[in-house]
Amino acid sequence: MGRGDALSVPLPAAPFVDRLLAAGFDFFTGVPCSLVAPVIAELERRGRYLGETREDAALGVAAGAYLAGRLPVVIMQNSGLGVSLNALGSLHLLYELPALLVITWRGFEGRDAPEHLVMGQVLPRVLDLFGIPHRAPDAAAVLADLEWAADTLRATRKPVALIVKPGLFAEHH
Amino acid sequence: MTLRDALQRIAPHLRDEICVHSNGHLSRAAFGLRDSDTSFYMIGSMGLASSIGLGIALGRPDRRVIVFDGDGNVLMNLGTLATIAAVAPPNLLHLCFDNSAHASTGSQPTISDRVALDAMAGAAGYRWTGRVESPEALDEALPGFLARSGPAFLLVRIALGPPGAPGPRIPWTPTEMTARLRRALGSE
Repeated sequence: MGRGDALSVPLPAAPFVDRLLAAGFDFFTGVPCSLVAPVIAELERRGRYLGETREDAALGVAAGAYLAGRLPVVIMQNSGLGVSLNALGSLHLLYELPALLVITWRGFEGRDAPEHLVMGQVLPRVLDLFGIPHRAPDAAAVLADLEWAADTLRATRKPVALIVKPGLFAEHH
Repeated sequence: MTLRDALQRIAPHLRDEICVHSNGHLSRAAFGLRDSDTSFYMIGSMGLASSIGLGIALGRPDRRVIVFDGDGNVLMNLGTLATIAAVAPPNLLHLCFDNSAHASTGSQPTISDRVALDAMAGAAGYRWTGRVESPEALDEALPGFLARSGPAFLLVRIALGPPGAPGPRIPWTPTEMTARLRRALGSE
């Protein structure tokens, strides 16, 4: 399935959130991006989302939630991955604190505002460097890849990233 | 009153609270004086002890959480002061040991001698904030503070201690710390 499909058939947020809950995720925090606006809106509607001020702070809250027995999801724009690298390196990866990272891919294929182009170009490689498994599914594969992410982070006890390409969810304008 | 002096006065008051310690001298001094299965020592990720404490407090509303923070750590993550105030977990207490210095890296000065961190927590909306500057005032404030409904913030003014680390390195590996806290909380 090509990118055109992801762009033309956005995934509704409600079944995605349902599947997150069914997979055992029960703590949701992050910093918004327009590419996941419907997901955050759906979590807010269900009273299950804690908006943080910075992405690394959201990761810290997620780490605490995991220590307390919850299974966290951290939503962020890929710009926030830059903010997050020390938390991932010296907290989550070091202490083996899993979290599902839902990271949007601004700057995808170089078509975006200039502030997104550098991180857009290196996003998968940054995750590879940190040893964080990741997938960037199209709409048809996203629910299956969510199961993969849940299985992988339970097995490795480390963060796993689901990358959200433009058009995967209906966007907020 | 040094960091060690202050922690020594606090230790006898602690019961089964979940204690989250920020990195550097604070973790080492606290570990040297008192350790428990519900103590967590953050050896990296400077600034995030308050965030970790918030996550634990939200995940386990039935348990009391105390964040042992320093001025450098609080200044690095002022955003979480605001988040804690906004979310207002009643089971979260926040201690800040303020020597206006990055003691772990050579005592470079911070700006907390001019920026009142307890006032910042109060302005953010913590339910209660206070400040103590002497051992006697700390002794007097402690029982009330530890019984408060949070989020509550107590700034403890301390002096720089003698040169060198105020306690041993944490002997637990990070993954052992994760496992023992999760076990103690029934999370495993």
